[in-house]
Amino acid sequence: MTDERIQRVTMPKWGLSMKTGKVIEWFVAEGDTIVKGDDLADIETEKIAGTLESPQEGLLRRIVAETGVELPVGATLAVVAPSEVSDEEIESVVAEALAQLESGELGGDEEPAPRAAEIDGRSISYVTLGEAEGDPVVLVHGFGGDKNSWLFVQQPLSESHTVHALDLPGHGQSGKDVGDGSLDTLASTVLGFLDEVGAGRAHLVGHSLGGAVVAAVAARAPDRVASLTLLAPAGFGPDADAEYLRGFAGASSRRELKPLLGRLFADESQVTRQLVDDLLKYKRLDGVSEALHALLGTLLDGDRQAIDTPALLAGVSAPVIVVWGGADRILPVPEGVKLSRVHAGHMLHMEAAGDVVRHIQSAVG
Amino acid sequence: MTGTLPTTVSQELGPDALLQVYRTMRTIREFEERVHEEFASGDIPGFVHLYAGEEASATGVCSHLDDRDAIASTHRGHGHCIAKGVDPKEMMAEIYGRATGSCKGKGGSMHIADLSKGMLGANGIVGGGPPLICGRALASKQLGTGGVAVAFFGDGASNQGTTLESLNLATVWNLPAIFVAENNGYAEATSSTWSVATDDIADRAAAFGMPGVIVDGFDFFAVHEAAGEAVARAREGAGPTLIEVKFTRYFGHFEGDQQLYRGDEVAQAREKLDCLKRFRARVTESGELTADQLDAVDREVATLIDSSVDEAKAAPRPAASELLTDVYVTY
Amino acid sequence: MARSISYREAINEALDQEMARDPRVVVFGEDNVGGTGSPGEMDAWGGVLGVTKGLYGKYPGRVMDTPISESAFIGAAIGAATGGLRPVAELMFIDFLGVCFDQIFNQAAKFRYMFGGKAVTPVVIRTMWGAGLRAAAQHSQSLLPVFTHIPGLKVAAPSNPYDAKGLLIAAIRDDDPVIFAEHKMLYEMTGEVPEESYVIPFGEANIVREGSDVTIVAIGRMVNTATEAAAELAAAGIEAEIIDPRTTSPLDLDTILESVENTGRLVVVDESNPRCSLASDIGASVAHEAFGSLRAPIQMVTGPHTPVPFADSLEDLFIPDAQKIIGAVKTAVDWSK
Repeated sequence: MTDERIQRVTMPKWGLSMKTGKVIEWFVAEGDTIVKGDDLADIETEKIAGTLESPQEGLLRRIVAETGVELPVGATLAVVAPSEVSDEEIESVVAEALAQLESGELGGDEEPAPRAAEIDGRSISYVTLGEAEGDPVVLVHGFGGDKNSWLFVQQPLSESHTVHALDLPGHGQSGKDVGDGSLDTLASTVLGFLDEVGAGRAHLVGHSLGGAVVAAVAARAPDRVASLTLLAPAGFGPDADAEYLRGFAGASSRRELKPLLGRLFADESQVTRQLVDDLLKYKRLDGVSEALHALLGTLLDGDRQAIDTPALLAGVSAPVIVVWGGADRILPVPEGVKLSRVHAGHMLHMEAAGDVVRHIQSAVG
Repeated sequence: MTGTLPTTVSQELGPDALLQVYRTMRTIREFEERVHEEFASGDIPGFVHLYAGEEASATGVCSHLDDRDAIASTHRGHGHCIAKGVDPKEMMAEIYGRATGSCKGKGGSMHIADLSKGMLGANGIVGGGPPLICGRALASKQLGTGGVAVAFFGDGASNQGTTLESLNLATVWNLPAIFVAENNGYAEATSSTWSVATDDIADRAAAFGMPGVIVDGFDFFAVHEAAGEAVARAREGAGPTLIEVKFTRYFGHFEGDQQLYRGDEVAQAREKLDCLKRFRARVTESGELTADQLDAVDREVATLIDSSVDEAKAAPRPAASELLTDVYVTY
Repeated sequence: MARSISYREAINEALDQEMARDPRVVVFGEDNVGGTGSPGEMDAWGGVLGVTKGLYGKYPGRVMDTPISESAFIGAAIGAATGGLRPVAELMFIDFLGVCFDQIFNQAAKFRYMFGGKAVTPVVIRTMWGAGLRAAAQHSQSLLPVFTHIPGLKVAAPSNPYDAKGLLIAAIRDDDPVIFAEHKMLYEMTGEVPEESYVIPFGEANIVREGSDVTIVAIGRMVNTATEAAAELAAAGIEAEIIDPRTTSPLDLDTILESVENTGRLVVVDESNPRCSLASDIGASVAHEAFGSLRAPIQMVTGPHTPVPFADSLEDLFIPDAQKIIGAVKTAVDWSK
């Protein structure tokens, strides 16, 4: 019987399609005392690189995963246990972990399949994780993004809530027609989605353009919204990197797109080849260019932001939390707004996922 | 079935129409005669292949066509161009290689085209036209335009694989196509009586499941009648026809050809068979037109040709930047 | 929604979606339907390797068989393109270009230029290329250089299902004549392909793999072979960057140059015969433009200057394999001035 005090740190599942990852660098050593939230290691997957934060506290007894070795999701990376636990017991846990790897039983996790709903005459793709009762959380991505951008966020939240992530019209696997591309149209879609999943009320989380969309939903149907978490939302102040937005909409080659994407992150190495490839494949789909250009008309008026999100929030009584990446170069941190800062660029839900998850949790309870 | 047609029926061409076809034939004749002169003086670059003597064929066929219809021509294409409505001034400028030419000076005599008039181009490749015409006929059929497509080709091309394949394909696909074999007796310097295995090119029609007729190429009215029937057949959806036009060309294969391989057939033809002389004789005898009317056309055409040459000689050559343009729509 | 389908299915899907979208698109070639005039079933073949199967029933009157007369029906495709249709004609094997090449290189390719910019010839000619099927000398060639050489033509040669669908849709929507070359050994290859229509622009190379020790340019089936070689090279500590030009005309030379400026070494893998090949073309261009960046002579891995043999042992020697690529890379890496 394995001692219950022995805990394993395992390869996390970041995103629905992640099967394997590699530890690039360990930040802790055997013998260190670790606290929940400490940075343990940098991990790289095919799609993204990120930092593994400690999910527990304790004494790091053994590092099992070598750097540079590809391991399946769920593989044991390290063992944490109090000093009283004998070395022999630790060794047997390590041996078990290695046997588990050999057996190949890991990594066979079926990813939850996206579903499609007909809303306002459009097909809307979404993924649901978690089976908790109570008001669900709905995650709404930004301009040019999709439901996969919540890859570090949806899983942890789903431990306590039912969490839906959807693709807005014109994005991801949803239909590419955006109609007039207005905030109203997008808000309608989200409201229609709430009806579709039978949510009388929901906690809405929106990033960038998605932030303005959920604000518009709350303005229109305040009784449907339990809380709003706005992550670097559009519509706070006039400033924006309009050149980025227009460039993104218009780029049709890797050469045009790659340099732009660096502006999204505080750490430009986040722009992996896979990220660029995935975006190029999206942008080539019929209808995407038209959709993005229509949405630009909603986002921008010349070089300034056209949306007024504070005005939308004026009549909203549900709790509102605003979180922003201090190094955001796309929508700079606005003055005079009550917000929490995290260490990240515009894609804060990818670069500072742990902190963002905690902020969302404080809003949704 | 092969046969020859009577030349007595004028097929309801009124005076205006008769004058128009005369104008077309006269324009072709004077255009070619003038190019012959100018070429000899050394001003015209490259190769030209003249249609003088053959005017009745192009005119007789094209008088039944409109903008829905397409024609493909040969290296000896000036006559077909004029008959299909290409501007002679633009043609002359093209022959001189000037920027004001139909093809901005980039095609030359052998590649004059005007797609807006359904003229798919003179063609430097013997037998290049018939497959293209199958394609135009297919497009007309698919798009329901009612248009027909005509491939003019010579006795030389009648032996080319592309021509034979096109005859077959046109029947198999039941295309609104007309194949006009202009047999002027010579494929370059070799006589067609030797190089064509049968006496008549029209014999090949039966081999490919379509009607074939032979017409006297010096007789506008004969060509006009046969072409009218073929065009009507095609428009009705009854499929392709092969028309063999027999005549002679007044000049060499190309300008500069010494024509040592020929007898005295040109002098004979100019004297006794010439299509313009015969046309004039017939319409003035029947009273459909007067000599004065025809003379007036002759004068107008002379003026047109003179100014075409003058303007062509005065026109600029294409700019150096034109070397690199028009290869692709986008690259 | 992306799902895994084969190269063959991806091509069929591109044709299907474009025919649905644009009524001017017509498809024809030898046995593209199969069965015309015969007592048995129509759509009996749907193309000699089944690529066009199913289209006949969906688009009545727009998918046709042809007699075996390439010069007539390829010429007809070209003529029809000048007359308002957007034909996709099949030249069954690239080896057959000899019987219809005039229509392609002297007519279609030159209309726009000769006619002073007035002609638009939106024709696509699909054709099979490449060795490996034991189809012998007259059915196994890689004659892409012949088409690439001709101004006025565009040439696309996809290496995987995703590229096949996107490039064919691009070809059909392109207003210039396009030779769309399908490698016959790739029809069974599967890959993720979106259900929706999409366009991959011509003249944009794909960086299949990143690496900083050597640039490998490969096309068609050779992309997979290069990928195999790269895995083995990685184990030996050599990281190869693999570039798939996707289209040979227009060619994305810039991406190749950027890569060589970084790696300093170039290996070009091309299944065709060596003289006047894509390998020599790309090699010469890179030598000219990036001479200062090169740390070793450019390596060209090609077939030999012979027809493709029939005997399986000989054909396998003809086709460049991963070991030959690895050898070329090591020659470049081990080079010292």
